[in-house]
Amino acid sequence: MTEDRIARFEKRQAELKQMSDAELKERFWLLCDQLVEPIVEMSKTHTSPSIERSVLLRMGIDSISAHGVVDRIYEAGLLGKGAGHVVLKLSQKSGKSVREAAAAILENKEVLQGVFDQRKGDK
Amino acid sequence: MKHMNSLDPKKKLDIEMILEGLENYHPTRKGWTWRTVPPEGVDMGPFHYYDMSEPLVNSIGLPASKYFDAIDPQPSCVVTTEIASGRFEDDLRRMRMAAWHGADHIMVIRTTGQSHIDGLLEGTPEGIGGVPITRKQIRASRKACDLIEEEVGRPINFHSYVSGVAGPEVAVLFAEEGINGAHQDPQYNVLYRNVNMYRSFVDAAEAKRLMNDAEIFQIDGAHNANATAKAGWLVMPELMVQHGINCAYSVAVGMKKDLIGLSTVPPNSPPAPKLWFDLPYAVALRDFFSDFKMRAQQNTRYIEADIEEAIRTHTIDTLISMLTSADIQSTITPDEGRNVPWHYNNIRGVQTVKQTWAALDGIKQLVTLNHQGPLGEMVRDIKERSVAFLEEVIETGGYFAAVEKGFFVDSAKYPERNGDGIARDGAGGVAADSIVERDSDYYAPVCSHFGENHFPAGVQNACDPIAGCTLCKPEKIVYIDELDPEDNCDKRLQETYPYRKGNLIRPEAEWAGDGMILTQFFVPLPEEMAGVYGVEMAKKLGLVDPQVINIMTMHPAEGCFVEVKGKVGFDIDVTTLKVPEKEVILPEDELREAVKKIGLRVVAGTVGEDEHSVGLREILDIKHGGIEKYGVKYHYLGTSVPLSKLVDAAIETGAQAILISTIISHNDIHRMQMKKLVEICKEKGIRYKLILIAGGTQVNREMAKETGLDATFGRGTKGIQVVNAMVKSLKMRGQI
Repeated sequence: MTEDRIARFEKRQAELKQMSDAELKERFWLLCDQLVEPIVEMSKTHTSPSIERSVLLRMGIDSISAHGVVDRIYEAGLLGKGAGHVVLKLSQKSGKSVREAAAAILENKEVLQGVFDQRKGDK
Repeated sequence: MKHMNSLDPKKKLDIEMILEGLENYHPTRKGWTWRTVPPEGVDMGPFHYYDMSEPLVNSIGLPASKYFDAIDPQPSCVVTTEIASGRFEDDLRRMRMAAWHGADHIMVIRTTGQSHIDGLLEGTPEGIGGVPITRKQIRASRKACDLIEEEVGRPINFHSYVSGVAGPEVAVLFAEEGINGAHQDPQYNVLYRNVNMYRSFVDAAEAKRLMNDAEIFQIDGAHNANATAKAGWLVMPELMVQHGINCAYSVAVGMKKDLIGLSTVPPNSPPAPKLWFDLPYAVALRDFFSDFKMRAQQNTRYIEADIEEAIRTHTIDTLISMLTSADIQSTITPDEGRNVPWHYNNIRGVQTVKQTWAALDGIKQLVTLNHQGPLGEMVRDIKERSVAFLEEVIETGGYFAAVEKGFFVDSAKYPERNGDGIARDGAGGVAADSIVERDSDYYAPVCSHFGENHFPAGVQNACDPIAGCTLCKPEKIVYIDELDPEDNCDKRLQETYPYRKGNLIRPEAEWAGDGMILTQFFVPLPEEMAGVYGVEMAKKLGLVDPQVINIMTMHPAEGCFVEVKGKVGFDIDVTTLKVPEKEVILPEDELREAVKKIGLRVVAGTVGEDEHSVGLREILDIKHGGIEKYGVKYHYLGTSVPLSKLVDAAIETGAQAILISTIISHNDIHRMQMKKLVEICKEKGIRYKLILIAGGTQVNREMAKETGLDATFGRGTKGIQVVNAMVKSLKMRGQI
């Protein structure tokens, strides 16, 4: 395996030696871009508890509440909607402010029931 | 704009004032700032500099600057200092001192383990190896930086870290609070913090977007590979790849290239032939990454306990920056290899860069790199290996697959493998399996959000439905002051109050009033005994918790240089310190003129049974800069001269002054001689005519009053001081 790798490297190196400095640099960046492309796609289509907490922070919710609220939303399988979205929806439905809606979720996670027309498998 | 609480260079930073009203503080500006570098160069004192930025309004130059019109040239690059005491309230004073010596990038290290904390910390608990990064700590620090930058006359970039499992939240905090620079590199999380790889990259995209919008300058984490790999100088192809991945990822998620910096370290250290490794690497990097900024770090991998060795290595690191390029030159406290960095060593680190940069200013106009010889070949080799590395990563199935197979931080030179690379499992690590796919109606009602975001119908800006997010409306930010009633800065400030605002004084190295001092000495013992001796000695000196922090063998049998730190266990009340009044010396021309006007002449000799002559001759002779140099004529009577003989000689020669030297001091003989001189002159009725001056190793300036002489001088006195005293006395008596 190792010898295999070294042999493949030598073959690659021989090809790379044919390139000009500019071509080599271009190749470097082409490969880097190629490498990160699927990762960027993953990041566009996924979220995380920290991202969602960062959204709640930006909505003017304190860090401690943001933590608990995202945990409740994650447990309820609603993180894929966006925690901010969930809090906003609840606030609109209940006529509460965003902060009050966050507090309500912390107080009783049952308030999350029916905020969305829920289907299973959101995760 | 002048701040309400502008700093006074004569007064200490008022920490309590900084903490006041933080709940309503918002940063006065946001974003990174580069130094202003006049393209035509900078003229300072007798010199023209080619590669310097505009000077500071207030600063402290290198010690030798007094020979060069007190100039303090400031390098064209931003200069970093890293601060990590564990108590941010003490860091603020350290920042101010560092800024006065030329640091404009203050990098605050986080407390141990913060990258594994799932969320933000609040309040001001004490940290270990760094400070807990919190909103209150940032606000206080940024507020202090606002005042310090006004005092020194240059913007200060405040910097910390966006990594770990709370990256996006930390990035929001930084964007809201006006942090100017931050480390952000998902690979750092994966490799060194074992954060789950998918989580790390998903979080990083959000964090980078936030940083970009707040103009926060980004530094990557690739330098950790040469600090971690067993042979840091062999991992150069991989370092290129790590830099490449973070740069490409950052650009792909929307970061502007001029906000992206590479954290790069010259990987080798003497006694290795450093230049043969570090220079080709530096050149290869700057070729490939010409669109990005270079943050040149100094080598920490091979730092030992010896401060001077670290400083010498850092000088060469800075030389490599100058031979290539550096947008930011970082500094490392040279004591990092022996203790938590002490504040005055931050200044020494900054001085290393300032001194090297001044010495080598414009080096590229004098010296060019020879790319034709081995340098060009080595540069090309590193580049080819890094491209081949990338090809193998892609062939293996991409970045995540390569990490799982231990491609990174292997200490062999690519393509060789030592099998000691850091392999991580995609299903494992901290916060594994914690990312969630966004639904088709996913929505985040805030600005600076990365990725799919499906606004409800009719919504134009993401945050319209909440009437503005905190990035648009800072007044919506929730400020939490403290969570822990015991572990907070108010409690600590109460304890250190007497040392900061009261009259009690203790030395310090990390925190106010910590009492820490360093003793340095040679002891004629072999290494195994030298340290034991050092601790015993320090205990007898009364030092608390003595610890040997460095031993260097001078010879296996002859002995060692030893450094022992320890704490001073007592306070000294500043009001009990008697500071001698500062002697004002008249200008030389004025002294010469006065001497000439009255033809000043003196008689001099060593009095009593005393054969010491050297000190007095130095005061008299022109070749030692003695009084003769200023035109004073003297009549020297030699040693063991009776006082009466001196007085008689003064009368005979018409001298206006008598200078006596008295060295022997047992039984207070020196005091008696001085008093007796006054008595004899009084008896002869000529006291009013003569200026009487005494000097000696056991004499001090305060003795004049008690002995009735006109002036008395101790060790280290120069001729000009004696002339000055005579001229002043003559003027006071109206004789000039």
